Amino acid sequence: MISLLSHLMNGLSLGSVYAIIALGYTMVYGIAKMLNFAHGDVIMIGAYISFCAIHYWNLPPALALVAAMAVCTVLGIVIERLAYKPLRQATSLAVLITAIGMSYLLQNSALLIWGSNTKSFPDMINVPAISLLGGELIIKGEAIVTILACVVIMIALTLFTSRTKMGKAMRGVSEDKGAAELMGINVNLTISVTFAIGSALAAIAGVLLCTAYPALTPTTGSMPGIKAFTAAVFGGIGSIPGAMVGGILLGVIEILGKAYISMELGDAFVFAVLIIVLLVKPTGLLGKKIHEKV
Amino acid sequence: MNKKLRSNLITYGIVILAFIVCQVAISGSIDGFKMTRSLKGQLIPICVYIVMAVSLNLTVGISGELSLGHAGFMSVGAFSGIIMSSWLVSAFQMENELVRLLLAMIAGGVFAGIAGVLIGIPVLRLRGDYLAIVTLAFGEIIRNVLNTLYFSVDGKALHIGFNNPNLTGKIVYNGPAGAVGVDKIATFEMGFVLILFTLFVVLNLINSRSGRAIMAIRDSRIAAESVGLNVTKYKMMAFVTSAVLAGMAGALYGLNYSTVTAAKFKFDTSILVLVFVVLGGIGNIRGSIIAAALLTLLPELLRSFSTYRMLVYAIVLILVMLATNSPMMKSVLSSITGKIKALLSGRKAKSGKAGDAA
Repeated sequence: MISLLSHLMNGLSLGSVYAIIALGYTMVYGIAKMLNFAHGDVIMIGAYISFCAIHYWNLPPALALVAAMAVCTVLGIVIERLAYKPLRQATSLAVLITAIGMSYLLQNSALLIWGSNTKSFPDMINVPAISLLGGELIIKGEAIVTILACVVIMIALTLFTSRTKMGKAMRGVSEDKGAAELMGINVNLTISVTFAIGSALAAIAGVLLCTAYPALTPTTGSMPGIKAFTAAVFGGIGSIPGAMVGGILLGVIEILGKAYISMELGDAFVFAVLIIVLLVKPTGLLGKKIHEKV
Repeated sequence: MNKKLRSNLITYGIVILAFIVCQVAISGSIDGFKMTRSLKGQLIPICVYIVMAVSLNLTVGISGELSLGHAGFMSVGAFSGIIMSSWLVSAFQMENELVRLLLAMIAGGVFAGIAGVLIGIPVLRLRGDYLAIVTLAFGEIIRNVLNTLYFSVDGKALHIGFNNPNLTGKIVYNGPAGAVGVDKIATFEMGFVLILFTLFVVLNLINSRSGRAIMAIRDSRIAAESVGLNVTKYKMMAFVTSAVLAGMAGALYGLNYSTVTAAKFKFDTSILVLVFVVLGGIGNIRGSIIAAALLTLLPELLRSFSTYRMLVYAIVLILVMLATNSPMMKSVLSSITGKIKALLSGRKAKSGKAGDAA
């Protein structure tokens, strides 16, 4: 029972990281209708920046996080402007390949700048662990911070998209780009803001991910990126609460699968659940059903 | 001779010509025209990737379904091919490498085809990006499951162990360590034959009644359904054919190395093949062949850039995509080619006049 609870907590904390990454995927997909494969690598860049900030520039953890967010935000906007904006009218496959090229570019740039050896990520979160049930269940400080961060981000994003003018513009652009433009919405600015938010979230996710799993290499971001993308599809791509639910469920399934079924088959289990969900509900858990017209 | 037939013959011609040039370069009979060792090592992978790209193009270009798990079929083919080859040796003491290679490739194709049917049934019910993510998921599941399996051959018996490396006989496939001690029986000539076979299958399928049905479903599923086409049947036909060809290519690939692990067939490999297809032109078979050959060679040719080569590769990839797909770049390119054409035709006209005068 106790071990189940502690596995659940680990799953929740890993799932929260997936959820934060998935939010970036889902927002970009909702608005630009593209799979941004480079998103996972933005996470990695964010983690490297905060690593440098602490290790070489001796900044306090909070400032290191801000630095990582700032760099990733700029990076996200630059990537969108240089690589994706010229391809707005192109087929989705062309954009996908460009995003894959961008992902290779980021990974190899990181390889050249920081080298291929694994960097051990410093412990950035100094929150004491909580022990419950008479000291039998210990919840790590990082886990608490990660879950809290995920909840706060989720609430903030929901408020942002439903209450602010920019959020309204985002919803408009995601529904119909042409009509939004006719209503006087600056589509380019809206897409840039979406990429900026997604990339800033990626930086946070990078720091949280590397605090939990402190081995940092240029390919750190790719597998969590793919899993978070799966989480976004799982929850219904384009939907913000969907990304959150999908991410957390995926994390819990992965940890429980690894703990109780098979260590090697943990990832296979995650993908199998995804396939079953998509077969029963082809648009994901919270996705909107789009009717096809002739 | 109609246009399609001519275009297909040109495709076959290019492949045969390239093969002859390679053979001449290998033999080194012309002075100063000899293939380097590292280039020679790339020949079989190039053949394999050409077959992978052409077969993926059948799914992505002709049938219009984005598949991100093509390497999964390749791995099924590779390992069933390797096991088949070892089993033939242990069961029948078969030493003839050509026959073993052929039977291994057939086994690879059959098992990849079975995987294709099993995966196709659920996958083809979905559409668009959801289909893409499920193919990705299946590719990863195949890789994860392969990491827990163990195979050994003992006389005519084939033992399979799940999470259990203690099998009797000679271990052929050793879980996460992959296939070890593989006989390297793959040959460039067989690669060439496989390319021709793939082209024969794919080009004939495209130009058949079924091929037209597949393309009609791609263009408008609803319209195709309304004229009575069986959507699932034709989609499965394209998907499974593509899986079988990928499995055969996988068997050839697996038998080209002495150790092969499941990690070789990661998501990255699927993406690599997809890049060949997209850069060569979606639905364009000849383009896939050329793109696969050039892009497999490119990292080799970029050796002199050493540490920067993957970076250069990424930049080339992005620039090519921007140049061929962005409307701005397209108009710039077309105006340049238009000017060149005008210049050339102007010259032709002038030379024609000069000829008349003479």
